[in-house]
Amino acid sequence: MRKDSNFFVLVGTIGLFVCINIFLMASGKLPFSFDGFGVILGAGLTLAIYSFLYKDNPAFKIAENLYVGVSLGYTIIITWFNFLKPDLYDPLIVPMFSKAATKAPQYALIFPSLLGVFMFLRFSRKLSWLSRWTFAFVVGLGAGVSIPRVISAFILEQIKPSLHPVFSGGETLFSSVNTLLIMLGVISVLIYFIFSVEHKGAIGKISKIGIWFLMISFGASFGYTVMGRLSLLIGRIQFLLRDWLGVLQ
Amino acid sequence: MNFLKRTIPLIIAFVMGVLMAMQYYVPHKLSQDLLEVVSKWDRIIAGFAVFIGAYSLLHLHWTRIKRKVEGWGYSVFVYFGAIITLLFGFLNGGKFFWNDKQDGTMFDWLYYYVQVPAGATIFSILAFFIASAAYRTFRARTNESTVLLLAAIVVMLGRVPIGNYISPYVPAIADWIMAVPNLAAKRGILLGVSLGAIATSLKIIFGIERSYLGGGD
Amino acid sequence: MERFLRIDRRIIFASITVAVIVSLVLQFELPIPASEPVQEIYEEIESLPKGSRVMIAFDYDPASKEELQPMAVAFLHHCFSRDLKVIGMTHYPGAPGLAEQAMTSVANQYQKKYGEDYVFLGYKPGSASLIINMGENLYSAFPKDFYGNDTTTLPALQDVDSLREINFLFDLAAGTTIETWIAFGKEKYKFDMGAGCTAVMGPDMYPFLQSKQLTGLLGGLKGAAEYEALIKKKANAVSGMRPQSVVHVIIIIFVIFGNIVYFTTRRTRHA
Repeated sequence: MRKDSNFFVLVGTIGLFVCINIFLMASGKLPFSFDGFGVILGAGLTLAIYSFLYKDNPAFKIAENLYVGVSLGYTIIITWFNFLKPDLYDPLIVPMFSKAATKAPQYALIFPSLLGVFMFLRFSRKLSWLSRWTFAFVVGLGAGVSIPRVISAFILEQIKPSLHPVFSGGETLFSSVNTLLIMLGVISVLIYFIFSVEHKGAIGKISKIGIWFLMISFGASFGYTVMGRLSLLIGRIQFLLRDWLGVLQ
Repeated sequence: MNFLKRTIPLIIAFVMGVLMAMQYYVPHKLSQDLLEVVSKWDRIIAGFAVFIGAYSLLHLHWTRIKRKVEGWGYSVFVYFGAIITLLFGFLNGGKFFWNDKQDGTMFDWLYYYVQVPAGATIFSILAFFIASAAYRTFRARTNESTVLLLAAIVVMLGRVPIGNYISPYVPAIADWIMAVPNLAAKRGILLGVSLGAIATSLKIIFGIERSYLGGGD
Repeated sequence: MERFLRIDRRIIFASITVAVIVSLVLQFELPIPASEPVQEIYEEIESLPKGSRVMIAFDYDPASKEELQPMAVAFLHHCFSRDLKVIGMTHYPGAPGLAEQAMTSVANQYQKKYGEDYVFLGYKPGSASLIINMGENLYSAFPKDFYGNDTTTLPALQDVDSLREINFLFDLAAGTTIETWIAFGKEKYKFDMGAGCTAVMGPDMYPFLQSKQLTGLLGGLKGAAEYEALIKKKANAVSGMRPQSVVHVIIIIFVIFGNIVYFTTRRTRHA
């Protein structure tokens, strides 16, 4: 009985959606064009995904899987047009096989392409060890490139403002207190994260102060997270009310 | 064989790591050219990684269809969406994929009317769950959680225009929370994470950290 | 009282939905004063002379579109109204459609010509490597733009060899690209940089604001609304502030009510 009622709810909802769209097109609120049908499709997918809030259902699962498939296809095509074609196909493959090409093939690109192909050998039982060469190249390069830049950008440049003089002329008492608080907060949070030393005595007291700073920070992050997620919802409702139903201007 | 499978990758990681770390300090033109070439190669390799992700996803859904696991029918829609998008993408408005990308094709239509609305909606569902979780689980059980709750309430009110209506101090306190205690905590976390990242990078370069090689021999 | 703690969550979902719909449909004005981080970006763009080159990194995908697309549109309005040259690019494969839509729709309103006044370079994989490649040689990173044009022939990119020649970079980020741009781009190639980010990431950016590694920051839909108000082009973000305010108050009421009920029932149980 429950399955039957779920089926009727689903069919009824789809029927209502179709009727609304027929009305919107007939009244001219939605254009009878590819774009008009696109808005209907977008609205349908939006509502199908939101139907999950009532109950998990086939409409939601179909919409979700369709989205996964389309994004995958889009990523592959964009990667072809924006990366493979201008960076490999046009400078390397076309000059090699086309007599009309004006530039010589960039043979140097064969080496990174080979490393890229080695990555696929990860799925082969016999030759998967070749993929390690690629991963070693990428990981080693990333590690080497990161070290001086992270030290400069995230450590030195971040420590500098923390050690800003409390009184150097021109500050108010309030800003000087804030400077001291920031320094106290940074040190206490760093000490809190030292887990190789037991948090007792002076270390324990300072790490406790660090916890208070962390709690305030997490509260602020929660507030911003609520704001962020709500904004996404507001955007979708704006789409439904403005672009689909034409209720908003 | 162990030399090719184990030693060579470690040598590659060491050489690349030391080379690129030292490159930063050498202003000579050869050093700059090396950086340009190596970064281009790294970009190209990263592009191939996109296809590994694509293969993994398609393989997962193919396995579900082949074994007819529960809900396998939905995996058919993944293939349907991917195939139809790839088809229109390669057709490229009649110019085919070996020419430059054309505008206003069915490929773009699928992006604007399937990927964008569905992608935006899936993540917007979290708004409802956050509201529900805030009501059901956000409790001021300890002093620390009370402080967290109060900071969240002040920031939530201070970050919207209505906070100013309640009192001009609300946005001012919210700004202070962001600019002082939040900044201090986030900076402490950033410093800690950065130091950890440097330590991990050094361990990778010197072959102490080998998890990127994967398992097996 | 205890049954209030076990209320069906669909009632909460429905009340949030109704609150958003009603506050969108009812038109009422709310003041949106610009905060300091937003004001800093505005003033930076105001200070750039005509013809300066601004690079916009559209580092987001449809999942974050509702927060970042209004920011992109508002920023583009400001740049084009000041006759700045705009260069767009992205690290995200899902972004080109949104970036192209924003650039083209706003550029058309100011009669800007593609190639002369603005360029869209498109997507490239690589993250940090891409930034380094752009920092050394922009044409090596992007030999062609999104439409397949040779980038060395585009007038908008004249005199731009690398990121060093960019006057200002604005990163619209849904992930960790702001930190990547700072560490691998700004640190070595010394361009001025501002950012727009989702509200979730907003608190994490304050250390970079204080250290002046970021000139300014637009955080979430509120940041977009403040910028729209500053450039006097009120649009989606400003109208989104009405439901944002209302639902924030509702959630705070939920939290306070939930705590009151919890502590009341706990006291009753212990008594």
